[in-house]
Amino acid sequence: MRVTVKLYATLADYLPAGTRNNRLEVEVAENAVVDAVLAPFSLPAKLTHLVLLNGVFVPPGERASACLKDGDTLAVWPPIAGG
Amino acid sequence: MGWNRKVLRVNLSAGTCTPEPLNMAWANDYLGSRGLASKYLISEIDPKVDPLSPDNKMIMATGPLTGTMASTGGRYTVVTKGALTNAIACSNSGGFFGAEMKFAGWDMIIFEGKSPKPVYLYVENDKAELRDAAHLWGKTCWEAEETIKRQHQDPLIRVSSIGGAGENQVMFACIVNDLHRAAGRSGVGAVMGSKNLKAVAIRGTKGVSGIKDFPAFLAATNAAKKVLADNAVTGQGLPKYGTQVLMNVINEMGALPTRNHRDVQFEEAGKISAEAMHEKRPSDGKAQLVTNAACFGCTIACGRISKIDETHFSVKNSPKYWGASGGLEYEAAWALGAANGVGDLEALQYANLLCNEHGMDPISFGATVGAAMEMYETGILSKEQIGLDAPFGSAEALCQLVEMTAHGKGFGKELGLGSARLCAKYGHPELSMSVKGQEFPAYDSRGIQGMGLAYATSNRGACHLRGYTVASEVLGIPVKTDPLTTDGKPELVKAFQDATGIFDSAGICVFTSFAWTLADVQPQLQAACEGDWSMDKLNLVGERIWNMERQFNLAAGLSAKDDDLPPRLKTEPAKTGPAKGLVNGLDKMKPEYYKVRGWDSAGVPEQATLQRLGL
Repeated sequence: MRVTVKLYATLADYLPAGTRNNRLEVEVAENAVVDAVLAPFSLPAKLTHLVLLNGVFVPPGERASACLKDGDTLAVWPPIAGG
Repeated sequence: MGWNRKVLRVNLSAGTCTPEPLNMAWANDYLGSRGLASKYLISEIDPKVDPLSPDNKMIMATGPLTGTMASTGGRYTVVTKGALTNAIACSNSGGFFGAEMKFAGWDMIIFEGKSPKPVYLYVENDKAELRDAAHLWGKTCWEAEETIKRQHQDPLIRVSSIGGAGENQVMFACIVNDLHRAAGRSGVGAVMGSKNLKAVAIRGTKGVSGIKDFPAFLAATNAAKKVLADNAVTGQGLPKYGTQVLMNVINEMGALPTRNHRDVQFEEAGKISAEAMHEKRPSDGKAQLVTNAACFGCTIACGRISKIDETHFSVKNSPKYWGASGGLEYEAAWALGAANGVGDLEALQYANLLCNEHGMDPISFGATVGAAMEMYETGILSKEQIGLDAPFGSAEALCQLVEMTAHGKGFGKELGLGSARLCAKYGHPELSMSVKGQEFPAYDSRGIQGMGLAYATSNRGACHLRGYTVASEVLGIPVKTDPLTTDGKPELVKAFQDATGIFDSAGICVFTSFAWTLADVQPQLQAACEGDWSMDKLNLVGERIWNMERQFNLAAGLSAKDDDLPPRLKTEPAKTGPAKGLVNGLDKMKPEYYKVRGWDSAGVPEQATLQRLGL
């Protein structure tokens, strides 16, 4: 199945060179979990902070079990804030 | 002690400047800045006063940590009755002006009355005098600051001023200091303009003395700075990407108000984000962002300094805008962009520059344009009435409307009313996305439920900085809560509101709270100030300040019915994203919030609550 991975802020450095708009469509195994989808990007654990699956926060304890479906979007940020 | 123990009272009607001792009993009860200045204001004005009449007063105030070695200790506040809101207003600004006021030996300056002619206040340490401002009236904030520095032959003078917006009493006029920092919200600039006060120029060379226990203060401030440096958000995230990094986050979670809150996701959010500010432009091969910047004493440095694209239609014939200047910050980028459906980053920076130059709050201005664009699209306003085509998404319209509002021309005068008055004038008050007359900031409360309660109950009208539950509901600071439920939000909102009162009143930046809790602030205050500043005391003072502001608003004629959201947010479900199908659950949260606050069902503090808080 195909899912979209979006890596923002400093995590954009972990996308392949030339990636546009911080997003990449990738082919993953059926029912792939969050950790498995992100593994090929080799993100440092301490920078894998805010993980949203279709906009909904996935707590660290659920990233090894939360499954993606075809067409899902996984977006990740390092620790950031604003206001 | 952290206070100078000295207040400057400026009677603009009589033209006098009189020093008086700071009321130390009140300082002990209300700390400083927001809390202490509000106590002074409330004690001295009729709550029902017309904000733009001479009987209103305006106070510029520092906190006990302003001007000290405490990180971010450069903040000052402007406290008055708000022109936009008819409620208590307290607008907070960074930059260097606040520290300079402290260095000159003053804790606060109280302005009362109205000058018969335009004046500016010049303060040089103990010397304070009103001077003729005929040559400054009509100048922009940028021109006024430059003129004053040149006139006094002193580039180190710090200036807070109003531009044309404040002079013409645009209802969301702000007060700009250090070129691009502002006491931005609630129309405090209109109040200053109503008093014929163009600027306040200060030069202080005394430094800050009298810290109660200096070795302890040095240790406490150093320890607290290490907390900021070691924290991934304040040590790395904010300096690198600024507040603008939220654009994609909030859009992804379906809480980015778009096209006057018709939508909760903006398809062009990426084009106006922090990441876009880092990208090199095709036109000149340069990124919009030049560098980050810090206010006085700040060890975070979240500020953005940018250069606009010189070939952009808005500035190609205006070289004065080509230099490096402040922006874009998240709130401005949202209000000028997503709120109007405009995805042109350079147009947003142009509108932002004009807001800084002429002294307008970009949040309220942008959101008011959003309301006007919706009225244009639905046929309530015609092209002839506005003077141009103004559909959602038009960068050209945005740029023309900011010029018209800044210069008070044509339909710009109507935009200067703010969205609540504008929409009411054309028979559609429901289209104003505001609370107590003040426009929302950049979080849709259908996707972040707690913010709906924070907006509705904010004492200064819709505001994110009075109870930033986004920290918890989105960013997980200090703990992650579910943004899509109302459960636990009344307690969360109260906790954020009360704690923020202490950060504001201490004279430090609320952004430290991404890393600090009150337990990090407490040792700094205890070492700086005489008296007891225990955690119990701070918690009590924070709650006291909130209730004092509430009492003022009630006496001014506001009531529980003003603690409300526009019908759109309570009846029109979010169309997309995680909040799809949801409206804000304010009606469920509000009664519980009143109980948590110790208020009756009408939102009036119970007698026992007032007694407990010493009010």
